[in-house]
Order: sequence, then structure tokens, then C-alpha cells
Amino acid sequence: MPSAVQSGVAHSLRRLGRFATFHVERLGYAARFFVAVIGNTPAAFRRLHLTLREIYFSGVLSLIIILISGLFVGMVLALQGFDVLQRYGADQSLGVLVALSLVRELGPVVAGLLFASRAGSAITAEIGLMKATEQLAAMEMMAVDPLARVVAPRFWGGVVSMPLLAALFSTLGVFGAYIVGVRLIGIDAGAFWGNMQSAVDFRQDIVNGIIKSAVFGVAVSLIAVFEGYDAKPTAEGVSSATTRTVVLSSLAILALDFVLTVFMFRGVS
Amino acid sequence: MSQSTDKAAVPERAGSSDVAVELADVTFGYDPARHVLEGISMTIPRGKVVAIMGGSGCGKTTIFRLIGGQLRPQSGRVLVGGQSVPDLDRDALFALRRKFGVLFQFGALFTDITVFENVAFTMREHTDLPEQLIRDLVLMKLHSVGLRGAAQLMPAELSGGMARRVALARAIALDPMLVLYDEPFAGLDPISLGVIGQLIRKLNDALGITSVVVTHDVYESLKIVDYMYFVSAGKIVWQGTPAEVQASGDAFVRQFVDGEADGPVPFHYSAPSYRDEMFAHA
Repeated sequence: MPSAVQSGVAHSLRRLGRFATFHVERLGYAARFFVAVIGNTPAAFRRLHLTLREIYFSGVLSLIIILISGLFVGMVLALQGFDVLQRYGADQSLGVLVALSLVRELGPVVAGLLFASRAGSAITAEIGLMKATEQLAAMEMMAVDPLARVVAPRFWGGVVSMPLLAALFSTLGVFGAYIVGVRLIGIDAGAFWGNMQSAVDFRQDIVNGIIKSAVFGVAVSLIAVFEGYDAKPTAEGVSSATTRTVVLSSLAILALDFVLTVFMFRGVS
Repeated sequence: MSQSTDKAAVPERAGSSDVAVELADVTFGYDPARHVLEGISMTIPRGKVVAIMGGSGCGKTTIFRLIGGQLRPQSGRVLVGGQSVPDLDRDALFALRRKFGVLFQFGALFTDITVFENVAFTMREHTDLPEQLIRDLVLMKLHSVGLRGAAQLMPAELSGGMARRVALARAIALDPMLVLYDEPFAGLDPISLGVIGQLIRKLNDALGITSVVVTHDVYESLKIVDYMYFVSAGKIVWQGTPAEVQASGDAFVRQFVDGEADGPVPFHYSAPSYRDEMFAHA
């Protein structure tokens, strides 16, 4: 029946339109929020102790999970890598394989995912609960801008912490690979470190890895503070916002990683 | 609108320098098509404790937010200290808010810092006072609410009444000209309730401030306020002094004061005929 079909199509189009409008509007709001956070950066840095405190909460308190994960990822990489490399008689390149994998990809990406789960969710929950308990409203009524006092320090705390955590993740990963590859399997230590040193390029590999982790830090921190600030001031609202932070951050890290990899390692053999 | 007949007791009209807050013909709705407030007018003189009373959802917290500049009216004027609040830009609004003290419904203390730091918050943010002076001022404010000994506790370690008293000390930290109280009596035991009520009155008189108390607690308000506005369905339905409230025969005031289930504020939410609904399937 044409009228029923038309009605169904119109309904679907309306839903699509609402969905698109909602997300475009939200994206625009997030962009304005990002500009406002950047604009409040000088005010936040005048209260430097707040940013340092957030570096402690986001960075130092994430150390345990980052270090242990890095160690195990490196150990597993060494086991799997050795299994494949020895088939081609290239087991002496284990250090190179592990180091490049960690510095270029796994360090920034896995550390970013862990950071989103551990620190990003905590930031969202904290800001969301501050909103639900009227602490942000109270601050505004006391003529103190929550963007400068609450949001910007948490944002910069995350941005500063993330590259450091990724670097530590990679370092512990290499150490884990050393334990498995050299100490347990018996690869020559000189070959392990020497091949690694000659193959890993500072500008091409390490700096690009740091850039990646810094970009992930900005993305995760922005998503975390935005979702907290924009959360519905209810228990369910804060719960949903926390979940969204982890999901969106993870997707953003993976998507950004692909884009950055395309630009950074184009043409690299 | 029913109203007190004793005109001498009604607050002075707007335009006087003795007026702290004035709302003139204010209309507001979160949804433009549905008004929460409809043509509200009220005058709050300096140095007085004035209550805005009404049941849940009547629009009294919206009035609180309009005075604080958190909301802008669709029409009408909101003047605080002679300044038109809706016309202020962000910097001017923040400058005005520095003269405010605000006590939120459940205190809204910052949970990540101590009681001492909560009270010191505005001093640190808005002044360059030396640390020793901040310490002395904070202890004085906490002493005035009886909680000097709780200075180093975290908000999570306080009872509801104590948290409200700390929030009160924080609200008066910078000796404001106006203190707004949003449901200061909600959820308190009778002793805490009496303590908060007495503190509102005593601090108002001792510091020469103006207090606006948004509440539904009629008995506690009758003891401490100078004047009361009754709000229902977005309109002021009655106003007068506590003595006039107690003597009033107005149906709304009597229902509110006596806590009767039915009256001008109906017990039943709007619904079709009970009989029709029950026998609809018969």
C-alpha cells in the first residue's frame, strides 16, 4: 500500500534526521566546549597545584596497571615473536620486533585504552557526580568558573600524563621481552639490544610514538571531561556518561591510530 | 490573589535603596509554551529574612535561580542591589555573585577538600589575603556555626546537619550582602532544623545581610522570617508577616500551614472521572 510505504519511509527519514541533528549538534557543542577549556587554560595554570594534583590522580595512580600490563604485553610479544621469527632463522631480531611494535603501536594504543578505562572513567564520574550534587552550580554561584577550576586542570592532567604512561608502558614491555627472550629462551643479549638500537629510529619511531600518545591523551581527556560536564545529574546519567567515555575513547584511539599511522609511516619500509 | 490586608507590613516598593531584591512581573518557562512562573512580583528589603514558600514543583526554586542569574526570565525584571540581573554579561554577573552567599539544598560541599578548605574556598579564589588571616577568618566563621572543631574533617565525615552548617559558614565567608538559601531545612532532624533556623536569623542580624529562604517548612519559617511569600502553580497566592500567616483564614494558607491533604492544592493529580475509568470495561 503506497501510503503505508510512504509513511514508513517518512518515519525512517525523520528518525535519521533526528539522529543526525542530535549528533551534529553534540559534536558542535563538544567543539565549543574544547575551545572554552583551552580558553580557560591560563586561569587553570594560575592554580598550578590543581593541575599537579590531577597529574597525580590520572598519572601516578594509573602507574600500577600501566606498568604491569606493559610487562606482560612485552613478555607475550617475546614468546609469540620468537615462535614466528625462529621459523625464518631471524630469532636474533626479537628485540627489534618487540621494540618497534611497542614504540610505534602497542605502547600508545594499549596505554591509551588502559588510561581511558582507569583515569578517563574516573574523571567523568567525578565531574558528573559534582554536577549531580550541585557542586558545580555552587561554584558558579560563588563566581568561580568550573571550567577553570574543575575541568581544565583535569584535562591538562590527562594530556600530560598520557605520553609519560605510554613511554613507561613501552619501557616495561621491552624489559618483559628481555626477561623472556634473553633470560628464559636464551637469545644473545648483545644481539637483542644491538639490533634493537640500530633498527629503532628516534625521529621516525620514538617521536612519532610520543606524538600518537599525546594525541590520544588530548582525545581521551577531552571526551572524559566533556561527558562528565554534560552528564545528566542523576545516578543513571553519570553511569551512562562513564560508559560513553570508555566506549568513545576506545573508538577514538583506534580510529586516530589508523589516521596517524597512515601519515606517519607512509613509505617506511 | 488573596493577600495580607496590613499594608504597613508589606515590604517597601522598588526603587528604594533599601530594596535588596526586586522581581517585577516575571514570567519564565523551561519550555516557552509552558510557564513555570506567571507574572511574579516581589520585593525583598535589605536586612530582612524573607521566605518564599510553596509545595514541591510550584516554581520557588526557579525564583531562586532567577535571582542568582542561573536563569533568565522570558519577561519582567529581576533586580539585585539595583542591577538588572538578566542584562549582566558574564563578568558583571560573576562580580555581582561575589556579593552573594548561597546555601544549596544539601550543602553542595566540595567533597574532595576538608571543611576548612571549603570555607576558605572563596577567600582563596577572590582575595589575596595572607594565609594567617584566612586561617583566622575561617575559624571565626566555623566558630559562628559551632563547628570550629570539625575544621579538618572531610565532608563525608559530617552528618547532614553539620554539612548544612559548614555550607552556611561557607556562604557567609566573604560577608555577603545577600544570602540565598535553597531548602535549608530539607532532610534535617528537629534539633539540626532548629539550629539552622536560629543560625539563619542570628547571622542575618549580626552581619546585617539580607536572607532569601526558599523552603516548604512553614513551622520553622514562622519562627525566623520577617515576611513570607506563598507560591502556587507559578503565582504568588498570598503574602504577609508570620503573624498574619497564623491569623489568616485564606484557604491556601490554611491548607499549607495545617498540612491538609486536600484543598486549593488538590490531593489528586488531574485525571478522568474515577467512575468512568473503573467501569470502562464493564
